[in-house]
Amino acid sequence: MTEPVWITGIGLASSLGEGAAPHLAALSEPAARPVLDKTGFAPFPVHPLPALEIERQIPKRSDQRQMEAWQRLGTYAAGLAIDDAGARDLVSNMHLMVAAGGGERDPRLDEAIAADLAPLPPAEAAPLLNQRLANGLRPTLFLAQLPNLLAGNISVVHGVTGSSRTFMGEEQAAADAVRIAAARLAEGRGGIALVGGAYLAGRWDMLLLYSMGGALWRGAWAPMAERMERGGGAVLGTAGAFLVLETESHARARGARGLARITALATGAARRRGEDTVRASANALADRIRPLLRDGYAVISGASGVAEPLAEERGFLADLRDAGPAQGPVRHTADLIGHAVEAAFPANLALAALALGQESAPPQILVTGFGLWRGEALALVEPVGGAA
Amino acid sequence: MSATRDHLGRPLIAVTGMGMVTPLGFGVAESWAGLLAGRSGIRRIARFPTGHIKTGIAGCVELPEDQRGEPLSSPARVERYAMLAAEEALAGAGIGGKGCFPGPLFLGMPPIEVEWPNRLEFARRAGEGRYPAMIEAAGRRPELFESFLFAGVGARLADRFGTRGAPISLSTACATGGSAIQLGVEAIQRGEAEAALCIGAEGSLSAETLIRFSLLSALSTRNEEPAKASRPFDKTRDGFVIAEGGAALVLESLDSARARGAKVLGLVLGCGERADSFHRTRSNPDGSAIIGAMRAAIADAGLEPGQIDYVNAHGTSTPENDRMEALGMLAVFGEQPPPISSNKSMIGHSLSAAGAIEAVFSLLTIRDQRLPPTINYETPDPAIPLDVVPNVTRNARVMRVLSNSFGFGGQNVCLVLGAEPA
Repeated sequence: MTEPVWITGIGLASSLGEGAAPHLAALSEPAARPVLDKTGFAPFPVHPLPALEIERQIPKRSDQRQMEAWQRLGTYAAGLAIDDAGARDLVSNMHLMVAAGGGERDPRLDEAIAADLAPLPPAEAAPLLNQRLANGLRPTLFLAQLPNLLAGNISVVHGVTGSSRTFMGEEQAAADAVRIAAARLAEGRGGIALVGGAYLAGRWDMLLLYSMGGALWRGAWAPMAERMERGGGAVLGTAGAFLVLETESHARARGARGLARITALATGAARRRGEDTVRASANALADRIRPLLRDGYAVISGASGVAEPLAEERGFLADLRDAGPAQGPVRHTADLIGHAVEAAFPANLALAALALGQESAPPQILVTGFGLWRGEALALVEPVGGAA
Repeated sequence: MSATRDHLGRPLIAVTGMGMVTPLGFGVAESWAGLLAGRSGIRRIARFPTGHIKTGIAGCVELPEDQRGEPLSSPARVERYAMLAAEEALAGAGIGGKGCFPGPLFLGMPPIEVEWPNRLEFARRAGEGRYPAMIEAAGRRPELFESFLFAGVGARLADRFGTRGAPISLSTACATGGSAIQLGVEAIQRGEAEAALCIGAEGSLSAETLIRFSLLSALSTRNEEPAKASRPFDKTRDGFVIAEGGAALVLESLDSARARGAKVLGLVLGCGERADSFHRTRSNPDGSAIIGAMRAAIADAGLEPGQIDYVNAHGTSTPENDRMEALGMLAVFGEQPPPISSNKSMIGHSLSAAGAIEAVFSLLTIRDQRLPPTINYETPDPAIPLDVVPNVTRNARVMRVLSNSFGFGGQNVCLVLGAEPA
C-alpha cells in the first residue's frame, strides 16, 4: 500500500514571529531583513526567540514550569500545527516524531562551578563538583535536558499518544523523522502524524559545541553569499517547526484541506571525504526526484552557511540545472530565520508549503537540507492537486 | 518450508546475529551464563568519587581505558559498547562483507553533551568560568565537536560497519532499545532494506547523571549492599540501579536469512507502542498506555495474550514501575498471567540499551527453554500477585516472549519475540 501524503497543518514560530503571515512576507520580499540579537551572545549573532503568548498553547502554569525554553517553543509550535490542521480531536491516535537536540543546561550554574573549580587540582575538584551539582541543580531541569521530553511534553500538553519517537542527530534527525513519518503513513500505519523539532539559538552550551567545530559566523551579520567570501559560517536561528502529515484519504475523509503534498523525500549521509562527497550524495538522492521536476521549480535551501557543504550544494544545484528543466529562484532561508539545526528541515518544508499556497507560486518546490557536519536531504513539495 | 510472511502479509523478521556487553560480562555467552546463575553485576562505583551523591552503586562496565584513571567520555563509552556488541552480532550473522553491511543502522543511545572535564579545562585556560571566555579558550577542537554532536557516534559506527543510508540515532528514554529494533523491523517490512543493524547502547553514568536521577528520587540508595539493591517486584524495592552496556541485533527478512543459509536465532513477531499523556515521569494510574503498548505488540504479532509464554519485564525496581507493570499484566492476561522476570535485578537498568539487551535475553530464553530469575525477591508485595520466577532459574516451555520497555516521557514499546517456525 502506498498513499499520497499531505501536509495539512503547519506550526511555525521563528525570530520573525509566528504563523504564516510574517514568514510569507519575508519570503516574498527579496530585501527582507532578519531579526537579530547582535549583542546577547557576542561574538555570535543569533536569531532570537520571538515574543509568544505561551499560555495560548500551554495553558497550565505547572506544564510551563516543567519545561525550558526550547521545549516550550516546540510544544507551542506543535499546538499551532494541530490547530492549523483542525485536528484537536484526532490527537489520541496521532503518531509523533520529533527531532531533538541536547536539552538545556543552567549556564549560570555551569559558570559559577567552572570558575570556582578550575583552579583546583582534579582530586580536590571532583568531590566539590558533586557537592555543587547536588545543591545547585533543579530537579525539573533534568526533564528539560532529555531530548525525548519534548515529545513527552507534546503528549502531556496536547494529548498526542498514537506513538512517540525522538530522533537525535542535528539537521539529519529531522529529515529522517519526516521521511519515516511519511513512509509509515504511506504504507498504512495510521492516518495522521505530527512531526517536527525546535531549536533555541541563544544557548551558550550549544554555541560552545558549534564553535569548537568552527561552524559559527562571528561578528556583524551578513547574508550567506557574503559570508561565503569570508570563510563561511552559520548564524544560528531559533525556530519551532511542526507539520501535521496525513494520508490523502484520511484528509479527504474528514474534509481537511491539503496545504501541500510531499511527493518525494530522500535522505543520505555522505562521509564527506574522498569520493563520498555531499554533491555526489545529493545527486544520488535526486535520482528519484529529477524525473519529476518541471520547468520553473523553485528551491528552498536549508544550507547552514558553513562553507564546504554550501559550496557542494551550489555544485549540486548546478548539476540539477544542467540535467533538467529550468530552475526557478533559489532561496536560502537561513538568511531570513537563521540556521535552526533540528528545526531547519521542518521549517523549510513549512515555508515551501506556505509558498505553494500563494498566487504566482512555482509549480513545485525542492526543499534541501545540508547539515553543517553531516546529512543531506531532499524533498519535492507540490500543490495537492498537482500531477506527479 | 514454513511460511515467511506474517498474518498481515508482511515479511517475517528473523534475528540472525546478536551481541552484547553487560555488567555481567563481555559477549552474549558470559552475560547469559551470569544471568542464569542469578549473579548480580551491581557494584560500588570506583571510576569517579561519589561523595555528596545519595547513590554510589551502578552496573558498571569497565573498559581497558578506565584503568589509566581518565575515564572515557560518555559518547566514547557508548561507541565502544555499541561497537563491541555489533562486532559480535555481525560475526555471528556472517552477513555482508567486512565493513559492508547491507542495510541501515538504527542506534538507540543516550543524549550526550560537552562534559565537566572539558568545561574545567576551558575555564582553567581562560582564567575564568564565563561561557564566552571558555569558548575563546576552547578554540577549534574538531575532535571534541565530532565527539559531542548527536550524530557523531552513529556516523562513526556507520562508517566502521559500512551500513547504508543515513544512520538513525534515537531516544525514547528507557524504551530506546525497543524503538531501535522496531524501526529496523519496519524498514524491512516496508521493503526499504533486506537487513538492519539495530543497537541500543548506554554509557552516561557520571556524577551529574547520578545527581539528576537522584533529584527525581528514582535511584536505589542501598549503597551498602550493591548486589541486593536492584530488587524488582520485591516489597522493599527503593529505586532502580543505573547501568551501562549495549546490545546489537542483526535483523533480516526470514526469506533473505534462509536464502543465504543463515542460522535463524529467533523472530521478532510483533512491535507495539503507545505514548502516555498523563505525566512526564509517571504512568497514568489506569495503566492505559502500558496496557495499550502490550496489547498492540501482541496484536501486531497476530497472537492472543494466552499465546505468550513468558514476559521479560521492564521491571526497574522503582516502586511505581513495578506496581504499574503488574497492573498491566493483570489487565492484559487476566487472572493467570504468564511468568514474568526482570533481568534488571542482576544487570541494573541500562536505560537506552535495556530494550535491546532484554530482546537478546528473550531470544536466549527461547533458545534454551530457561527462564532467568528475578533475584533479590525476598518480601512479596501484595500489590504484585505475579509469578516473578523468584531467585532461581527455571526450565519451561517457551515459544513466545513479550518484552516490555516503558520510558520516562511516557514512551512505551513492547516486542514479541518467538522461535523460528519449524
